[in-house]
Amino acid sequence: MGNAKPETGAFFPRNRSLHPKAFTPDYKTSVVRSPQKALLSLNDTISEITGPVFGHEILGEKDNDLILNFARPGESALGERIVVHGRVLDERGRGVSGALLEFWQANAGGRYRHAKEGYIAPLDPNFGGCGRTITDDDGYYSLRTVKPGPYPWPNGVNDWRPSHIHFSVFGHGFAQRLITQMYFEGDPLIPLCPIARTITDQAALDQLIAPLDMANTIPMDARAFKFDIVLRGRRSTLFENRMEGN
Amino acid sequence: MAQQLNQLRETASQTAGPYVHIGCVPNFSGISGVYDEDLGIAMVNEKTAGERIVIEGRVFDGTGTPLKDSLIEIWQADSQGLYNSPSEMRGTADPNFTGWGRQAMDMDTGVFRFETVKPGRVPFLDGRLQAPHVSLWIVARGINLGLNTRMYFADEEAANAEDPVLVRIEHQVRVPTLMATRKGDTYHFDIYLQGESETIFFDI
Repeated sequence: MGNAKPETGAFFPRNRSLHPKAFTPDYKTSVVRSPQKALLSLNDTISEITGPVFGHEILGEKDNDLILNFARPGESALGERIVVHGRVLDERGRGVSGALLEFWQANAGGRYRHAKEGYIAPLDPNFGGCGRTITDDDGYYSLRTVKPGPYPWPNGVNDWRPSHIHFSVFGHGFAQRLITQMYFEGDPLIPLCPIARTITDQAALDQLIAPLDMANTIPMDARAFKFDIVLRGRRSTLFENRMEGN
Repeated sequence: MAQQLNQLRETASQTAGPYVHIGCVPNFSGISGVYDEDLGIAMVNEKTAGERIVIEGRVFDGTGTPLKDSLIEIWQADSQGLYNSPSEMRGTADPNFTGWGRQAMDMDTGVFRFETVKPGRVPFLDGRLQAPHVSLWIVARGINLGLNTRMYFADEEAANAEDPVLVRIEHQVRVPTLMATRKGDTYHFDIYLQGESETIFFDI
């Protein structure tokens, strides 16, 4: 969290037009899992403005290194070695410090380590597929992993997910909570994917695609991809009416 | 031309998918040795102040089938009505209570379960007190953007009757969808994603 004063303002109203709608029939599972009644608008109270914040002490040394954090001693995960890095910002463009990021993904062959996963591609005994980190005072984070493979999934008869990494992001308020997916620049499966296509705002989808970042690539080791994440910003509270005694 | 607002756009949501457990509760999903324990599993310890309660329920889809692959997070005040958050300016919350919990539902039964304390009351924007409540965030395969709702306590009749959020709900017939019912120390709270008894979800 650094030395910054905690922020207590309400969040900007969420721009729902850039998010996927709940009911997206081309992504079949959404059909019976999408609320049909209108959402009830709720101006942020202290219940939404506050949220859990995590300290760097929860992190283990290898938590953000998926190449090593599940591997047997002296071994490492198979696949294309990559670094993913960037900043967590809010809508005002300020870095969000102390933001917990959790990430998960398939292995290089497109196989998840999960009881419900049945793809024929093999598990990698040295790859678990989960990691986490917390942003620094400027909102910066990085992780190291192998590039996840694309994989087929039961939706249409021949639907394939593009390579992607799932991100779960905590800001400082419960209303900022977000789960998203990062895609890779140039992947021809992105425009074909029913899940990516739940986002109908092209600029919003482009914002999920991480470009190759040659400047930060580690020579003879790992390519880098840059992925910035924007969370909801807060209003200034300068002229807001304050409750008595507050 | 006026100046630009220079506001960034929030990153768009994508579904948590069926494998959300790998990233958020890896020990639950059988990936051990990476983290000591899954975050959010324990909200209380032996020193936590307040009345111990259990929150238990299921999430149903539009066909009445319980979801078995969903993940729920809850956020609530401590027994004195204070949040364990740097943005809490009214006092210091119970250091033995995290206020935040996260549970996957049982992969066979779909039941989720939180061990927590009953929250105290917190103020609304105008200073009136809200009834005790728990904020919930639900993600799953097929849910494109996490769903926000609240759980209130059916046995807090007086507080519920004056709650600033509950009283302004136009369709009062839907208010019971936000009420947990008590049996012993357990509050039962089922969530319906669709249908006649669709739970009220909030745009927060």
